[in-house]
Amino acid sequence: MDFTFSEDQLLFRDSVRDFLVNEVTPERIRGIWESDSGRDDGLWQQLAEMGLTGITVPEAHGGLGMDELDFVLLAQECGYVALPEPLVNTALVAVPVISQLGGQAAAEWLPKIAAGETRVAVGCSDNGLAEDAAQAGLLLWAEPQALYLLTPDQFSARFNESVDPSRRLYAIDIAAGVLPAASGEQAAALYQAVLDRGALGAAAQALGLAQRMIDISVQYTSERQQFGKVIGSFQAVKHHMANVAVRLEYAKAPVTRAAYALARGEAAQVAVSHAKLVACEAANLAAKNSIQVHGAMGYTWEVDLHIFMKKAWAMAGTFGDTGFHKQRVAEHIFADGVALGAGTTF
Amino acid sequence: MNLNYTDQQNAFREEVRSWLAEHVPAEPLKTFDTEEGFQQHREWEATLNKGRWGMVTWPEELGGRACDLIEWLIFEEEYYRARAPLRVNQNGIFLLGPTLMEYGTEEQKARILPKMANGEEVWAQGWSEPNAGSDMAAIRSTARKDGDKYIINGQKTWSTRAVWADWLFGMFRTDPDSERHRGLTFILVPLNTPGITVRPIPQLDGLPGFAEIFFDNVEVDVANRLGDEGAGWSVAMATAGFERGLMLRSPARFQETARRLVELYKANQASADRDPAVRDAVMRAWMDAESYCLTTYETACRLTQGGKIGAESSTNKIFWSELDQAMHATAMSILGARAELLPHAPDAGDVGTWLDGWLFAQSGPIYAGTNEIQRNIIAERMLGMPR
Repeated sequence: MDFTFSEDQLLFRDSVRDFLVNEVTPERIRGIWESDSGRDDGLWQQLAEMGLTGITVPEAHGGLGMDELDFVLLAQECGYVALPEPLVNTALVAVPVISQLGGQAAAEWLPKIAAGETRVAVGCSDNGLAEDAAQAGLLLWAEPQALYLLTPDQFSARFNESVDPSRRLYAIDIAAGVLPAASGEQAAALYQAVLDRGALGAAAQALGLAQRMIDISVQYTSERQQFGKVIGSFQAVKHHMANVAVRLEYAKAPVTRAAYALARGEAAQVAVSHAKLVACEAANLAAKNSIQVHGAMGYTWEVDLHIFMKKAWAMAGTFGDTGFHKQRVAEHIFADGVALGAGTTF
Repeated sequence: MNLNYTDQQNAFREEVRSWLAEHVPAEPLKTFDTEEGFQQHREWEATLNKGRWGMVTWPEELGGRACDLIEWLIFEEEYYRARAPLRVNQNGIFLLGPTLMEYGTEEQKARILPKMANGEEVWAQGWSEPNAGSDMAAIRSTARKDGDKYIINGQKTWSTRAVWADWLFGMFRTDPDSERHRGLTFILVPLNTPGITVRPIPQLDGLPGFAEIFFDNVEVDVANRLGDEGAGWSVAMATAGFERGLMLRSPARFQETARRLVELYKANQASADRDPAVRDAVMRAWMDAESYCLTTYETACRLTQGGKIGAESSTNKIFWSELDQAMHATAMSILGARAELLPHAPDAGDVGTWLDGWLFAQSGPIYAGTNEIQRNIIAERMLGMPR
C-alpha cells in the first residue's frame, strides 16, 4: 500500500506548474478570448516542445509514454491556470482512445498529436457538443454505438457560445456516408472510456480551479479594508474560505484514486463518478464563496475571478453531468450483494 | 503508487479478523456511561491487551505490535466491522499515550503505560474550565509547588468518563503571574487523591458521561509532571495533531455507519423515497466516508515514508464531525415518526441505536475544539489569512 506520488512525478508537476503560471496569465487568457480562433498556436507549440501534447502517446509513436497517474497532477495545474488549450482532453481522452483503437489510426495521428502538428478535439453525444471542433485537425466523436475519427471535411460544426469564453463549443453534424472507426461493442466500450476519461480530466481541473479561487480570494481579502481592518481578518469571511478548504482537501484523494484505477486498467466507473462529483462540488463551492468575499468586485468582468469561476461551472456539467454520475454511484451502492463499509475501499 | 495491500498486510488483517471473531462479546456491552457498562468495558480492554491488541502501534515491550499507521488502519477496519466495543480508555491510549511516549520519563512510561493498556487505570481529560472552553489558554486552576508536591486548586469541567475514571491528565497554571499559554504545566492526577470532588454531569441522554472536578488543596507528587514546568501548552500541542485525530476517529467508524445507513435506506426505501433528498443524502454519506478513508490512507502513507503533517490536517475534525451529524440526520429522516423512540421502548421495533448515535453526533462539532475554532485555524494557518 503506497498512496503517494513519486519524487519524479512531483518534480515534473512542479516544473509544469512553473511554466503554466508564468505563461498562462489572466492577461494572456483575455487575449485568447479576443482572438478569432480562441486558441493560441504559440502556446500550443510551447506545450508540444515540453512534450505535453504527447505525454500519454506511446514512445513508439513519438510521445513520452506516461500514464493517467502521471498526468492527473498536471491536469490539476491546467485547472489552476484555467488553461484554454485542450491539453487535458488531448492527453487524457483522445490519445488513450486512439491508442486503444490502434492500427492505422494510431500510426497516422499519434505522432502528429505528439509533435503538436495536429490539434485533436473531443466530443461526446452525451451533451452533443465538442470543444474546439472547428479549430482541430481531427475530431474524436463518441456515441454509444459508434466512435468516429473525423477530419474537418467530414462534419459541419455550429458554434455555441459558453459562459466560459475559453470554451469554444460546437454542435456537430456528421456528413452523410462517413463510416465510424469503431462500432458495436468496441464503440460502446470506447464511449464509456471517453466519458470516464473526460470526467477524470474535468475533476482534476476542478481541483486546480478551486485552489486558484481560494488563493485569489485570500489575497483579495488580505488587502481589501473595511471598518479599518482587512476583511480577511473577519471570521465570517474566514469561515467561507475554510469551508472551501475542507471540501477541497477531501476531494483530492478520490481524484488520485480514479486516475490510478484508469492507469491500471481496473474498474474505474464508480471511482471516476465519485471523484467528479466531489471535485466539482468543491470547485462550485469555491466559486460561490469566492464571489461572495469579493463583494461587488467579484461580479465584474475586470476582476480575474470569473476566468476560474466560469470554467468551474462548465466542468460540473461536462463529460457526464451531476445526475449521470450520481446515478452511477447509486447503482453501485444500492446494488444487491455489494461489499460496502470498512475494509472494502481498496 | 500501489494501492494493493502487501501479503504481510493481508495476513495481518486475517489475524485481526479471526481473533476478533473469537473474542468480541456476542451480546453488546452496556454503555460505558453506566457503572456496570464501564466495568464491562474495562474487562474488554484487559481481554484485548492479553491478546496484544490493546494498542497495536505501541512498541512490543509495552504489549503492542509496533504496527505502522497502515496496519493501524487495517486493525480499525476489522475492529469496526466486527462491531467490537468502543474503547473506554480512548483518552488514555489515543491521547495521553502518544504524549507520554514523547515527553514521559522512562519511570513514568513504565509506571503508567502498562496499566493504561490493560484497562486497570482509565484516564480522563482535564482541559476545559468554566471560563476556559474554546479559549483554553484562559485556564485558571493553579498548581503551586511546595517541596516535592504540587498543591492544586480550582475546577475542571466537561471531563469525559471522569465519573468512574482513575486518573486525570490536565493543564494547570504553575506560575500565578503568567498569562495565556505561558506558565501552564501538564500534570497527571490520581482521581482518588483527598481534596478532589467529582460531580457527574448528565449528558443529553441523561447518563453521567462527563463530570466537573473540584480541586481543594490537592497534593500531587512532582514526579507526576509531564514535561517541564511551564511547558504544558507545548506538551499538549506538540504531539502530532493528526496522529491523535486519526487514532481517535479513524475512517472505519464512519464507513461502517455509512454502510448501515445504506442498509437502513434499502430496508425502508418505499417510505424513505417520499422525501427525494434522502436518497441523495445516503449517497453523499457513502461518498464522504470513502473520501475520508482515501484521504486518511494518503496521509498515512506520506507519514509512514517520513513526510510531515501540515496545517491541512486541521480540516480533519470538521469533516468527520459534520459527516457523522449528516449521516445520523439522514437515518432519523428514514426512521420518520419512529425515530424519536428510545431503542428499548416497547414499540420501537427495529429503530436500533440510531437515536443514540444522533445524540452523540451533536457533540462532535463541539468537543476537541469547536468547529468554529477549527475554521479559524484553517483560515489562518493553512490558508494564511490575517489574524
